[in-house]
Amino acid sequence: MKSFVETLRKLWADPMGKIGMVGVFLLLAMAVCAPLIAPYPYDQIGMRFQSPSGEHLFGTDKFGRDIFSRVLYGAQVSIQVGVIAVGIGAVFGYLLGLAAGYFEGVVDRVIMCVMDVLFAFPSILLAIFISAVLGKGIGPTMVAIGIVNIPVFCRTVRAAVISAKGLEYVKNAKSVGVKTWPILVRHISPNVVAPFTVQVTLALSGAILTEATLSFLGMGIQPPSPSWGSMLSEARADMARAPWVALFPLLFIVVTILVFNILGDALRDVLDPKLKV
Amino acid sequence: MRNYILRRLLQLIPVLLGISIAIFAVLRLIPGGFASGMLGIDATPELIAQVNARYGLDQPVVTQYLKWMGGVLRGDFGQSFRSGAEILPEILTRFKVTAELTILAAVVSWIIALPLGMLAAVKRNTMVDRVVRVVALLGVSVPGFALSILIILILSLTLNYYPPLNYVSFFEDPLKNLEMMLLPSLILGTSMAGSVMRMTRSSVLEVLRQDFIKTVRAKGASERVAIFKHALRNALIPIVTLIGMQMGSLLGGAVVVEQIFSLPGLGQMTLTGINNRDFPVVQGCVLFIAFVYVLVNLVVDLLYAYIDPRISYD
Amino acid sequence: MKHLLEMRNLSIDLFRGKKLPPVKLVEGVDIDIDKKQNFGVVGESGCGKSITCSTLMGLLSFPLSVGEGSSLRFLREDGTESELTSLSRAEMRKIRGKEISMIFQEPMTALDPMYTIEDQINETLRFHTDMTRAQMHEAALEMLRKVKIPRAAEILKDYPHHLSGGMLQRVMIAIALINNPRLLIADEPTTALDVTIQAQILDLMNDLRESYDTSVIMITHDLGVIAETCEEVAVFYAGQVIEQASVDAIFHEAAHPYTAGLLRSVTSLGGAQKTLYAIRGTVPTAGNFSAGCRFAERCEYCQERCRKEAPPLAVIAPGHTCRCWLHPAQKEGTA
Repeated sequence: MKSFVETLRKLWADPMGKIGMVGVFLLLAMAVCAPLIAPYPYDQIGMRFQSPSGEHLFGTDKFGRDIFSRVLYGAQVSIQVGVIAVGIGAVFGYLLGLAAGYFEGVVDRVIMCVMDVLFAFPSILLAIFISAVLGKGIGPTMVAIGIVNIPVFCRTVRAAVISAKGLEYVKNAKSVGVKTWPILVRHISPNVVAPFTVQVTLALSGAILTEATLSFLGMGIQPPSPSWGSMLSEARADMARAPWVALFPLLFIVVTILVFNILGDALRDVLDPKLKV
Repeated sequence: MRNYILRRLLQLIPVLLGISIAIFAVLRLIPGGFASGMLGIDATPELIAQVNARYGLDQPVVTQYLKWMGGVLRGDFGQSFRSGAEILPEILTRFKVTAELTILAAVVSWIIALPLGMLAAVKRNTMVDRVVRVVALLGVSVPGFALSILIILILSLTLNYYPPLNYVSFFEDPLKNLEMMLLPSLILGTSMAGSVMRMTRSSVLEVLRQDFIKTVRAKGASERVAIFKHALRNALIPIVTLIGMQMGSLLGGAVVVEQIFSLPGLGQMTLTGINNRDFPVVQGCVLFIAFVYVLVNLVVDLLYAYIDPRISYD
Repeated sequence: MKHLLEMRNLSIDLFRGKKLPPVKLVEGVDIDIDKKQNFGVVGESGCGKSITCSTLMGLLSFPLSVGEGSSLRFLREDGTESELTSLSRAEMRKIRGKEISMIFQEPMTALDPMYTIEDQINETLRFHTDMTRAQMHEAALEMLRKVKIPRAAEILKDYPHHLSGGMLQRVMIAIALINNPRLLIADEPTTALDVTIQAQILDLMNDLRESYDTSVIMITHDLGVIAETCEEVAVFYAGQVIEQASVDAIFHEAAHPYTAGLLRSVTSLGGAQKTLYAIRGTVPTAGNFSAGCRFAERCEYCQERCRKEAPPLAVIAPGHTCRCWLHPAQKEGTA
């Protein structure tokens, strides 16, 4: 807990860390408070293609839905998918990586072979496949992106476990007869925390990107649910007539990925100074 | 060297077999198989059975797989369920498009990333470095499809320019072809450039810290020699690895950009195949992509030996 | 100018940010190096001896810089004098590797793994001469023979990872001497090597000195190396020279308590020492020096005055200077 506060303090001291923290906080606030801030329900139909005005801050789309409200609810969808997908990837990746790194041998080889095959595919193609199998909609999309995220966590954790095992104190614990699992939990896990935390932040931006891409291709979140990706895809046909319909979801996608990346970079500098260049 | 390549090629066989089995199995897990997808709301159990029988989908999965694999080994990837067209020639035609796009994008990304990454490393902690790092962060953060839409948006609003929609091959009309490829390769290239820039910066910095750079300077070398002859060459391995991975993943990963710019590439073919539940098309594409991907990896490994005298495959 | 190199009031600053004053890592160093002299610099790690030599090469880089009021006068090949601290980069490059060259501590990492030995020897020639490829090849071959590398022609085609540490250090010496420099700086050239190889390398350097007109600055923490190779020696402590004298004087009449401690901590094979002597405490870090003598906290003879007033570097005997209140200046005036 103390180290958590310490980390936040260091992040805050770094200009990039500050930008990342504020940005992510604003996004989260936006997502959580969407029902309170949004002036209209996200699927309320009205006058079509109205340009941005006081009444419709970001204008309206081809069904006359308020884009500002849809973008706000879209943040909810993006963050929800991102967090749960990364959660799935992180939990399974963590367990698999821990097992691979700790047991080595056959277990390691089997797990890593599967991970390598998953990793060998372009992540977007893999996500498309898995969502083709699982179906469309928010739940399957989360699971698909979650699976895509497993290998990178598995590798991070495995690497950290293997390097932690080489540390003197872990060897000592083993040599004085401390049982296997307590060593894992008490000695190795703390060493994994730093690279893992960094990976989580970076994976969040990746997951949000993948969701937007999937939805853009029509394989992810389905209309009328407001996803930035699908909003953008719908807006393409009317781009010349109503550029704002495309512009605002686009801006939000870029800014969201950007702030998560900034936070991830800053976090890496703070938690893992070795990697800082 | 030759033995090494042979050994590596032999090692590919089980990997490709594994992938082919995996993709075959996964496709058959897709709910609502080909028949119900094709027949739509007209589907009745009888019709579905008829369609399945016609395409051999009523046979046991193992038999289906062996039949398909037997064909693949003889260079016959089968026919599309949808169009009845031969698949392999179609894949090869589309591969040319994707390969052209990938190579152009890679070249664009090197032109942007290598000089800027090195500049940032050399001018570390100066204004130049900060600007390059922000640019790289933007490059990593702006998704390809968002950039595509943004650029199309800007071009259409300001210049009233719309990218051409009908693909022409380079040999038919080089200019038209390049016009078609220009935007997509610039966009993919800048997207790739972000991470190459970061990798170049960090690995050049890493090398500049090493002892032998001090030796080179102590000999009276100019900064130009220290950086281009020594630092860059030593920093090249991780950069080449990254570039190889990127090029490999563009084979299927360019799907979004191909879709937006209506380029008839492999990614687009795979996506359409999945949407149509056109099993042989998807199987063929995935196997082909995997094959090229592992070949690219092999080439990257061979490049290592060319770059670094410490690595040898004899 | 009768010396090859005159360091006057040399100081090295560590930049700590725009608002803070820089820390002086090295301060007030006055050393003269004569032509064909073998000069030893001895001290613990972190005492400033290595960065002092990087300064001579003009290889200090941010956040280090030469302090104000420092002077490094160097007698060039053409007989003119140059102030090294104010030369342009291009001028400094002409001196590096030609008139002043350097050997480093870690031969295993001092050569670029990507290029052959020949490439790396040729580089030094190419920067400073107009030799053709064939001439460079001949010169490199001859130089490798001089540093007693067997099978020189084959070694030229090898990459650094093919060679052992001792061999690589010979290559480094070859690179350093091939342009017949006036000054060779050897920064702990034997520290990273096996003991038997150390002796070979020192012998080689002693042999080569006969045939070159080169002065050598030997930086080391090992007094044994100094005894074997040098005529004059300066002892560094916490960024200052605390004693300087001929090697004989240092070994037989060490004046400063720190030098005496260093000598006592050297194990000698013949000696009947029961326990290994160690100087108590640790070197204070730059920026935390007290107002008094920097060695005071660790000194057995420390007095009131030592803690309050910093002793000057005083001439205590002809050719022997020492920075200690125990040894007052022989006559008026400090060195």
